[in-house]
Amino acid sequence: MHLSWIDYLIIALYCAFVLGVGFKLKKSMKTSLDFFLSGRKIPAWITGLAFISANLGALEVMGMAASGAEYGMLTCHFYWVGAIPAMLFVGLAMMPFYYGSRARSVPEYLRLRFDEKTRGLNAITFAVMTVLASGINLYAMALLFKLILGWSIHATILLSAIVVLVYTFLGGLTSSIYNEVLQFFLIVFGILPLAVLSVVEAGGWHGMAARLPSGFMNMWSNLGHGAANPMGVDWFQIVAGLGFVLSFGYWCTDFLVVQRALAAQDMNAAQRTPLIAAIPKMFIPFLVIIPGMAAWAILPHSSFMVAGKMDYNMALPLLLSRYYPAGMLGVGITALLASFMSGMAGNVTAFNTVWTYDIYNSYIKPGQSDEHYLWMGKVATVGGVLISILAAYVALQFGNIMDYLQLIFSFVNAPLFATFLLGMFWKRTTANGAFWGLLAGSAAAGLHYFATMHKWISYRSVMAGNFDRAIFAWTTCFVLTVVITLFTKPRPESELHGLVYSLTEKPTYKHLSLMKRPATLAVVVIVICVALDWVFR
Amino acid sequence: MSERMDLDIRWPIGLLFAAMGASLAIFGAFFTSSQKVWRLWMDLDLWWGVAMLVFGLFMIWGATRTSRHR
Repeated sequence: MHLSWIDYLIIALYCAFVLGVGFKLKKSMKTSLDFFLSGRKIPAWITGLAFISANLGALEVMGMAASGAEYGMLTCHFYWVGAIPAMLFVGLAMMPFYYGSRARSVPEYLRLRFDEKTRGLNAITFAVMTVLASGINLYAMALLFKLILGWSIHATILLSAIVVLVYTFLGGLTSSIYNEVLQFFLIVFGILPLAVLSVVEAGGWHGMAARLPSGFMNMWSNLGHGAANPMGVDWFQIVAGLGFVLSFGYWCTDFLVVQRALAAQDMNAAQRTPLIAAIPKMFIPFLVIIPGMAAWAILPHSSFMVAGKMDYNMALPLLLSRYYPAGMLGVGITALLASFMSGMAGNVTAFNTVWTYDIYNSYIKPGQSDEHYLWMGKVATVGGVLISILAAYVALQFGNIMDYLQLIFSFVNAPLFATFLLGMFWKRTTANGAFWGLLAGSAAAGLHYFATMHKWISYRSVMAGNFDRAIFAWTTCFVLTVVITLFTKPRPESELHGLVYSLTEKPTYKHLSLMKRPATLAVVVIVICVALDWVFR
Repeated sequence: MSERMDLDIRWPIGLLFAAMGASLAIFGAFFTSSQKVWRLWMDLDLWWGVAMLVFGLFMIWGATRTSRHR
C-alpha cells in the first residue's frame, strides 16, 4: 500500500484536532476529579460512545475481522452473547453501587466493600496489566504500519506516544473520552464503505454462503458438539465460559470501561452509559465480522500468507488496499490510527487513576492536598506512556513475553466477577472470603493452564480451553468465597449501606418519561439482540 | 443537554469531519479521475467526502443551536 499527499493530509488533520482538543480542555483541569473522572459531568450519549470505543481498539477491529475470516458468524457470539447481556447487567444492576458509592475506581469500591488487601491485589494487578496492554497496543500498531505501509517502527512508536501523551497530559480523562468518541465516528466512516463493497462483491449474503465452508453462516446451529464447528466449542462453553464468566468479568469489573460510566453527570446517565453503548455494539459485527467473511470468500487465500504463515489479521488491510483509492485510504488508515491511539490513551488514563488513587494515595503518600494528587496524576501519565514505550520495545525483542503476560493476567480477571457478584448481592460476604477466594480462583486458572499445557486435559481448540478455564476459575472463586465467608465474621450491616443490593436504596425514575428510563432502553436492547441471534441462528 | 460541559464535543467532531470531508470531496472531484477504482459505480472519494462533510456540518449545527440557547 502506498499513501499519497491527500492521505497524509487527512492523518495530519486528525492529529492536529486531537492535540487541539487537549489544549482546549487544559484550562478545565482544576481538580483531581476533573482530571481523573472528568468532574463527573459528561452526558450519557458521550460516555456511552466512549464506553464502547474504549473496547473498540484497532486490535479488536482487526482481530474480529480476522476471526470472521477464520470462523464466520460464530464470531458474533463475542457480541450478542459475550457482551450485550453483561453490558445490560452492569448498567441496571451494578452501576447503582459503583456510581452510588462515589468510589472513584473499581479497586476503591473493593476497599469500601471489603478491605485494603483486596483493593491492593486488584489495584496492583490492574495497574501493571493496563500499562502493559498499552505497550502491546503500541507494539501492534508499529508492526502493522511497518507491514502494510513500510513506516519506521521507531518513528511510529515515538510519534504516536507523543501525541497520546500530550492530549492525555493536558485534558486527562475528558481528552481521552472525547477522542474515543471521535474514534468511534472515524471507525464507522472509515470502515463502512469497505463493509458494503466487500459484501456486494461477494454476491451478498447468499453469494458468501455459496463460497464459504459450511457452518460459517450460522451462530447456533452447529454448537451441539465442538466437532461440528470451526471454533471447536459447544453451546455450554459459549454460554457459560464466554457469555457469563469472561464477558461479565470484563464488562462489569474492568476499570477501563467502568471509568467511562463513572464520569457521567448523574446516576441515570451512569446507568444508561453501558445501555447506550450496547446499541452500536450490537451492530459492529456488520462492520467488521461480515467484511472479514467476505474477504475470505473473495480473495485468494494465498494473499493472507505473511512470512510463510496464514495470517487472518490481514483481512482488513487486504480489503483496504483492494477498494480504497488515495483519499479514502487516508480515512481508513486514520480510523485504525485513531483506534490504536485512543486504545493507548484509555489504558494510560485508567492507569494514572488507579496509580494515583489506589496505590500512591493509599500506600505511598496519603493525606496530601488535591493539587498534589493532580500533579501526581500528570506525572503518572508521563510514567505510563514511558513504560508503554518500554513495553513496546520489550515486545519487539521478545514477542512471546507479552502473550504470556496477557495469559497470566487473564488468570486474575476470570474469577473477579465471582467476587463482585457475591460482594454486591450477598451482604454476608466477608473480606477474607473475597480475598482468598480471588487468589484461589486465579491459582485454579493457572493450574488448569498448566494441565492443558502438559496435555493432561485436551481441547479441540485453544478457545475451548480458554472458555473452560474461565468457568473453572470462576467456580473455584465462587465456592471458596462462600465457604470461607460462612466461617468468618461478617461486617455489621451499618457499614454496608450503598455497597450491597439489599442495603441500598434503588434509584427510581418514575418522574421521568418512559423513554428516559434505563429499563426501557434495556428492553429495546434485549429485543434487538434476541432478534439478531434468531435471524443468524 | 451539554450545558455543563466545558467544550461541546460536537465542535471538534463537526470541524474535523467537515475539514476531512471537504478535503476528500475536493480531491475526488478534481484529482482522482485517473485513479477511479474499477469496482465502484461512483467516485468514492467525492461522494463519501460529501457524506462526511454533511455529518460534520450537522454536528456543528447541533453545537451552535445549543450554545445559542444558553
